[in-house]
Amino acid sequence: MGAGHAHKLYRHAHSPVHELPPHTKLAAVLGFVVVVVSTPREAVWAFAGYALLLAVVAAKARVPAGFLLKRLLIEVPFVAFALLMPFVVPGEQTEVLGVSLSVPGLWGAWNVLAKGTLGVAASVLLASTTELRALLLGLQRLKLPPMLVQIASFMIRYGDVITDEMRRMSVARRSRGFEARGVRHWGVLAKSAGALFIRSYERGERVHLAMVSRGYTGTMPVIDEVTATRAQWRYAAALPLTALLICLLGWTTS
Amino acid sequence: MTTPPSLEVSGLAYAYPDGHQALFGVDLTVGRGERVALLGPNGAGKTTLVLHLNGIHTGGAGTVTVAGLPVGKKHLAEIRRKVGIVFQDPDDQLFMPTVREDVAFGPAAAGVRGAELDAVVRKALDRVGMADYADRPPHHLSFGQRRRVAVATVLAMEPEILVLDEPSSNLDPASRRELADILRSLDVTVLMVTHDLPYALELCPRAVILSEGVIAADGRTGEILADTELMARHRLELPFGFVPSSVA
Amino acid sequence: MAGVVAAGAVAVSLRGARRELGGTSRAEGHGGERTAPLAGLVAAFIFAVQMLNFPVATGTSGHLLGGALAAILVGPWTGVLCVAVVLLMQGILFADGGLTALGVNITVMGVVTVVVAYALFRGLVLVLPRTRRSVTAASFVAALVSVPASAAAFTLIYAIGGTTDVPISKVLTAMVGVHFLIGVGEAVITMLTVGAVIAVRPDLVFGARGLTTPLKLRVDGELVDAQAPAAAPAAPGSPRKLWIGGVVTALVLAGFVSFYASASPDGLEKVAADKGIDAKVEEHAAAGSPLADYGIKDVSNARLSGGLAGVIGVGVTLAVGTGAFWVVRRRRTHQEAAAA
Repeated sequence: MGAGHAHKLYRHAHSPVHELPPHTKLAAVLGFVVVVVSTPREAVWAFAGYALLLAVVAAKARVPAGFLLKRLLIEVPFVAFALLMPFVVPGEQTEVLGVSLSVPGLWGAWNVLAKGTLGVAASVLLASTTELRALLLGLQRLKLPPMLVQIASFMIRYGDVITDEMRRMSVARRSRGFEARGVRHWGVLAKSAGALFIRSYERGERVHLAMVSRGYTGTMPVIDEVTATRAQWRYAAALPLTALLICLLGWTTS
Repeated sequence: MTTPPSLEVSGLAYAYPDGHQALFGVDLTVGRGERVALLGPNGAGKTTLVLHLNGIHTGGAGTVTVAGLPVGKKHLAEIRRKVGIVFQDPDDQLFMPTVREDVAFGPAAAGVRGAELDAVVRKALDRVGMADYADRPPHHLSFGQRRRVAVATVLAMEPEILVLDEPSSNLDPASRRELADILRSLDVTVLMVTHDLPYALELCPRAVILSEGVIAADGRTGEILADTELMARHRLELPFGFVPSSVA
Repeated sequence: MAGVVAAGAVAVSLRGARRELGGTSRAEGHGGERTAPLAGLVAAFIFAVQMLNFPVATGTSGHLLGGALAAILVGPWTGVLCVAVVLLMQGILFADGGLTALGVNITVMGVVTVVVAYALFRGLVLVLPRTRRSVTAASFVAALVSVPASAAAFTLIYAIGGTTDVPISKVLTAMVGVHFLIGVGEAVITMLTVGAVIAVRPDLVFGARGLTTPLKLRVDGELVDAQAPAAAPAAPGSPRKLWIGGVVTALVLAGFVSFYASASPDGLEKVAADKGIDAKVEEHAAAGSPLADYGIKDVSNARLSGGLAGVIGVGVTLAVGTGAFWVVRRRRTHQEAAAA
């Protein structure tokens, strides 16, 4: 239950990557993803280059390869879909080990797989080196509308509280011998969901009262501010810029 | 020149927008530095009264004055700084990601920044013995610790009067005692809404009973608790085996 | 591209949500701003309720996507906002879908489901007799249609940005067909949940506000044609105008960007997995933390993001989003200044 401070993907460590200000990391990951996605899929070697770049970052951040690879497993269903593409997409066919496969399908599968894997890997790296609180501050610093950041931080703060309430309700149901087994029990579950909504909403009203009581007038007072030096920006920019270079090479050579 | 009382409520009546009337003319004066227990059965209007003290509810008849300042639109920010309300569920009150930011919220909203803000936060956390937890998320604290942090969030604003809604509810005996020690150590006016009569007797020399929207009794806590007939009339009951005179 | 639509929609929704949540205030004179705490709590609720398992048969269960439910309970603006925040946090926190597919996700799962559901719901409530039963029936239909509608929207995005030639009409039929089935589950759950809330606190159901305060329910052409929230008071720069403005801007930009976007890959995959596979999340131990719980769901959950359609959006999302918000904020401060 650590949504408060450390979240599931976060790995506590001290590394140059951990210590970078969150907004520089966010910007770097976004830049990297945009670059990866706009690379022509035919430039196969470019993707190898991107993977290498991420490996370097992971090493710097002391994120073990095993950890990163395990997190990438969440990709599995998407891999399954990509593997289907060569079979279902019409077009030129080719024989591989006696199976007839579609060439555009193969390219499509490669495209989705390569870009998807890189994108998720970059996100995992970001999440495993940045605390949740820092991520929110970073988003705020990147000029995400403050209202959105506020909503997000309330969601994080109360996500666990509400999930706990939900679990207590489930325990209460089961203590009275109710076990949801099929569609005919949906009514009971939905009543719980309804009750949960009412509790959440009323808590929202109480939280608002508590805020107003301490002088809230619509804007969050600035308490923490993250700042980055030029050197830190340069350091963070190394990832997307190198990627951009690879991408440009990819466009010119393919 | 005498200093004005911390709180002065006179002739306060209030009906909710749906027509339900909760207060029928409340008169209550709390002098500076006093600790007063506000007792009363469920539905007596205690919470409604509390929400009037910092201007969340307004518009009924009567007046509320805090340290000589009338509660109203004009002085709202000032009033909310002077009246520190600690709500019953600390999870409602601790809405920021970390303890430190939560305690800083009130002063920061009032414009305090930088090193001064840090000092205010540290002092408030020290007063409730929670300075070591500044960077923890509230969700990871025990209930008693959360309640203490909730008190700190309010103390950080240097209130004229501290209003506590059921401060001892859901606390284990040790946390209950720790909170009592903290409250006694504070040099502020306290108005404590509670069903915990022994706690009221322990902390508050004076008690008032709010019943059916008016103040039905006002006096020394020990005497009020000992008046069995008065207590029964307002659905107040002492815990089994508790004899006020044996403590007071 | 989808990112632009998403950003535009979120920008406009922020504004609308202030009105919706401000309007529900029962106690007067609160002052301050209710949007952040209320929308935050509702987002946390959606986050939690998505983890509630509805068993279908042995070993399989479905759960709520929540777009329609959010729209009906808290209104379309807040609904879009809450779903968007939930998706954003899932994307960042759990790398769920990565950041890459965020634009598509928000557009398809947030904007389309919420808007379609609310438009349909509102229309039905106006046509049907004003009873609680009508409200629950309308929520059933709204949720039922919202799911295949999002699938169709997804296919459309795919068709615009796709590089791999999958026959679109075939995909559309398949997608809509499959999602219709999922929609039935979503519809039943949504209807039951709305019914449960109405029974206890009808005043909290945004979509049923007409029931408790019939005076506000003017039959007024504006309400029927969709996105305008029910009790929108006439204010300078009505939300509806802004909404349309936002969407049009987003679409124009989208068209412009999609020219460049055509090089980008897509993912029909995303929705397929997000919903199809979601619908049969394995039964897992109820014990453990919600996040662990979530992690398991993750595995079966759509990861099909990748460099999906709309992807480009990510970068553009931020740029355009910021621009849009800036404009909205400026307008707002102007208004507030004028009002003061």
